[in-house]
Order: sequence, then C-alpha cells, then structure tokens
Amino acid sequence: MASITQDTAINTGRITRALIYLFLFLFALYYLLPFGIMVLNSVKPLDEILSGNMVAFPDRWTIEPWLKAWSTAQVGIEPTGLAPYFWNSIKVVIPAVIISTLLGAFNGYILTKWRFKGDTILFGLMLFSCFIPFQIVLIPMARILGITGLAGSTSGLIFVHIVYGIGFTTLYFRNYYKAIPNELIMAAQIDGAGFFRIFYRIMLPVSGPIIVVCVIWQFTNIWNDFLFGASFTDFDSQPMTVALNNLVSSSTGVKEYNVHFAGAIIAALPTLLVYVLAGRYFVRGLMAGSVKG
Amino acid sequence: MSSYSKPDMTSRVQNILPKIVLSPSLFLILIFVYGFILFSAALSFTDSRILPSYDFVGFSNYIKLFGLRHWSIALTNLFIFGALYIVICTCIGLSLAIFLDQKIRGEGFLRPIYLYPMALSFIVTGTAWKWFLDPGIGLEHTMHQLGWESFEFNWIKDRNMAIYTVVIAAVWQTSGFVMSMFLAGLRGIDNQLLKAAQIDGASNFNLYRRIIIPQLRPAFLSAFVILSHLAIKSYDLIVALTNGGPGRATEVPSTFMYSYTFARNQMGIGASSAVIMLLTIASVIVPYLYAELKENKNG
Repeated sequence: MASITQDTAINTGRITRALIYLFLFLFALYYLLPFGIMVLNSVKPLDEILSGNMVAFPDRWTIEPWLKAWSTAQVGIEPTGLAPYFWNSIKVVIPAVIISTLLGAFNGYILTKWRFKGDTILFGLMLFSCFIPFQIVLIPMARILGITGLAGSTSGLIFVHIVYGIGFTTLYFRNYYKAIPNELIMAAQIDGAGFFRIFYRIMLPVSGPIIVVCVIWQFTNIWNDFLFGASFTDFDSQPMTVALNNLVSSSTGVKEYNVHFAGAIIAALPTLLVYVLAGRYFVRGLMAGSVKG
Repeated sequence: MSSYSKPDMTSRVQNILPKIVLSPSLFLILIFVYGFILFSAALSFTDSRILPSYDFVGFSNYIKLFGLRHWSIALTNLFIFGALYIVICTCIGLSLAIFLDQKIRGEGFLRPIYLYPMALSFIVTGTAWKWFLDPGIGLEHTMHQLGWESFEFNWIKDRNMAIYTVVIAAVWQTSGFVMSMFLAGLRGIDNQLLKAAQIDGASNFNLYRRIIIPQLRPAFLSAFVILSHLAIKSYDLIVALTNGGPGRATEVPSTFMYSYTFARNQMGIGASSAVIMLLTIASVIVPYLYAELKENKNG
C-alpha cells in the first residue's frame, strides 16, 4: 500500500528541526532511564547503591544480586529465590496461551465463515468481556475455584486465563479471517470439504501472522497478570509477578535494592525478549486490540 | 451467505458443527463473565461479609459505600489520576507521533524505545519508579550526591502529591502506545490535501489544527476508550508503587474493592464497589463497541 510510506511532514527550518530532534531525544531518555538505571544498579554492590548515586557506574561489578534474586532471596517465608515462581508462570502461560489461541481461531473462523442469526450479538458479548474490570468476577471465581478444589493451584490460574482470554483471541482471528474471501470457502464446499477440512486446509495455512500476534498478546498479558495471580494462588503456585511484589515489598530485614532490581529484570525478560524479537507483531496486536475493524 | 445447505445428512451435520465448536467458548463466557457479573451484582444487595449470604438488604451497601470516606478518597483519586493520565498520555502521544512523522532519521530506532515499557508488567514498572522516586535513595538522593543540595522531590512520601507519582509511572508505561496509535492515524491521512493546503500558503500550525488533527478523530476516540478503561482497571501499578499509601492517599476503587472484600471481610460493600466500577467502564465501552459493530455490519 502506497499510503504506508506517506508522511505528513511539513516544511520546517533548521532550528525547528533541531528542536524536534531534541524533543524526540529527551523523550527517548525518559523512557530508557528508569529501566536502564535499574539494570545498572542490579550489578552494583548494595553499599555502593546506598552511599553513591544511582547513575554512577559500579566500582565493583557483581552478578551476586542476580544469583541471589534467582535462587536464594527470601520470597515470602522461604529463601527459594524467584526461580520456582518463574517456572510457575511458565507452567501457566504455555497451556493458557495455546488453548485460548486455539479457541479464538475456531471462534473467529465460525463468526466469519459460518455466520448465523445473532452472531454479531454473540461477538459483542465476547468483546465486552475483554474490557470488564476483573474485580466484578473475583468473588464468584474465588468461590468456584474453592468448590472445585482448583483454588491455590496453577491449573485454576490456567483456567481463569483461558476464560478471560477468549474475547481477545476471538477478536484477533475474526478480524483477520474477515479478509479471506468467502468464495474460497464456497469453492471448497462444492468440492466436498467440510467444516474442519476447510479450517485445516484453507484457513490455517494463511493464519501464520495472526497466530504470532495472538500468541504474543496472550503471552504478554498472562505473564504480566497480577490480579488473578494474587487472588487465586497460594505460596506454592504464585506466578512471577506476585512473587516479585512479595520480594520487593517484604518489610523484614535490610532492603536489598540490587536484588530487587535483578528480580524485576528477570520478571521482565521474557516479555522484553518477545518484544525485541517480534516487536512488529507486538505493535500489530496492540493496534488490533484497540481498533476493531 | 450463511448457509450452503443441501438437504442431506452430512450437510445437516455440517450446519450444526460450527455451533457445537463455538459452544464451549460461549458457555465459558456466559457463565464466567455474565453469570458472574449477575452473581456479584446480586451479592451487592445482600449483607454478605466473609462469606456470601443471601439476605437481601436493598441498596444499603450502596448507601454505606457512598458514605465511606475511604470510598470518596478512592473516587477522587481515580478522577484525578484518570483525567491527568488520559490528557497527558494523549498530549505526549500526539506530539511524539507528529514529530516522528517529520521524516526523522532513526525513526525505526526511536519507536521501539518509546513503546517498550508497554511490554513490561506494571509490577516491574512500579518497582522501578518506587525506587527512582524514593527521596532517600533515588532521584533526590542522587541530585544531592551530585551537588544540588536544595533539590527536593518527595512526592511519593507526600499524602497530597503521591497520586501524581502514579500518573508519572502510568504515563511512562502507556504513552508510547498512544504514540503508535496516532502515528498509524497520521500515516493513513491522504497527503494530497496537505500538499494542496501547503501550496495555498497555510501555516504549519494551521495545517495541523485545521486539516491533520481533525482527521485523527478515530485515533483520539480509540485512545480515549483504551486509556479510560486502563485507568479504571489500574491495580497492579498502585499496589507495586505505593500500595495505596501513604495512608490512604493513593487508594482507588480497584484497591478499595480488594481490601474491603478480602481483607476487611465486607463482601457486600466490596461487590457494590465492583458494580460501580463495571458501570463506569460500561458507560464508555458499550457505546463504542456498539458503534464499531454496527459500522462493521453495514460495511
């Protein structure tokens, strides 16, 4: 599309352009500084943090805080480090992402290619579920998980993330599949292909990009979730974000800032990695989540 | 274009199959979203405390709720936070987008820098900013160390100013996202009109005010809807940054609901606060979704 490369650049003088560059540069600093300084201080010994200033490079570089955050820091009552909670998050994220994406793909396929009366209303109901404040479901969900014995377990958390992820995954696939011509489906039907065959043979092979977008979105959201993790898990099944918050806000003993920073960076690494590797898709997911087509 | 039915057995199966495949998702949404909303709404009319009770007490929870100072603090904070958050994010997002759209060298390098905070968890953002803003160790301490002795920035410890630190951190996290929404809007504008206006001698300022910004209406609308729903749902950031403090200075409805329901065992009041949150979000989202889906049907 030609319009992608269009810009709305105005004719400006050299001074104006210099000011624009300055403005853009200052904002880049604003975005980089808090995280950058956190990285810098995560490799600094604690006494240097307390006595020195936060922008100074360490006199003595150390990876001790990272090791401590990962394997020996006091999280809650036990000195387990963040490692077990990191794996908890992984255990939750992988099945929840796969299942919610799969459901979204089928829903999107049905809502665009097997339309029926009232399907727009159903889609509207699914879509609205993306925006509800989750406080409204906390009490009954806690009850149900308690009754079914899923409270305080990673399985319960997986279930919760699947349920509240369906809205977004359906939205992604629906908007994407809408662009696939219906004639293609009709032709396949005349050739005798059924519901699943059409899905596997026609829809799935072209779904690569939207699967990536959807998986990234779900991965980021579920990995970064705090509310559900804090509400429905116990000490053994806490996800990374909850454990990190416990580590940082625990009031006992000396505040080991460098360990906190290392922990925060470890918690951020998976989503940052995805962002660095597939930023283009990350942005597309954000946009698709905000602009329903 | 919905049915391609031939009156034989296989095609009848084929016609039911989509509905069968859709039904688990539908079931989950109906029960765990709408059923649960009804359940919470019902609880808000009962005298539930530590456990759900089914003694209906009418609107008394709502009356109590709006009589609580704690709740009025939470509402005021949400209003201050929400208004500033939406306005500042929109201003920064729009400015960055307009400036980035001036054939900037290194755009591909700058854009990811503006946007990466969106990939972080609010708990990580809160941890970083809590320390950055802590006068004893962060910015203020560093300024003193560097020789600027009179520098003072202790908002995070100040009851009257703490809510603004939440704004600072939240803007840091999402303004880059708003920028990319506006940038997409700008790139979609037909620049024939611009060239014509430029030839007619319109000034840069007028060009933006009269031609470009009015065309960004859809982006403004999306940004407003997304930001307002994020503002009302903000919970993690406040827990990590201030945990509602100092005192109750940064309590918002989401933290209020959590503490009344799970820490103070006032489930009825907690549920009524959740209902108010839902109604607030719905008043923004429902008209928006309705318009989007209707447009969709026609188009």
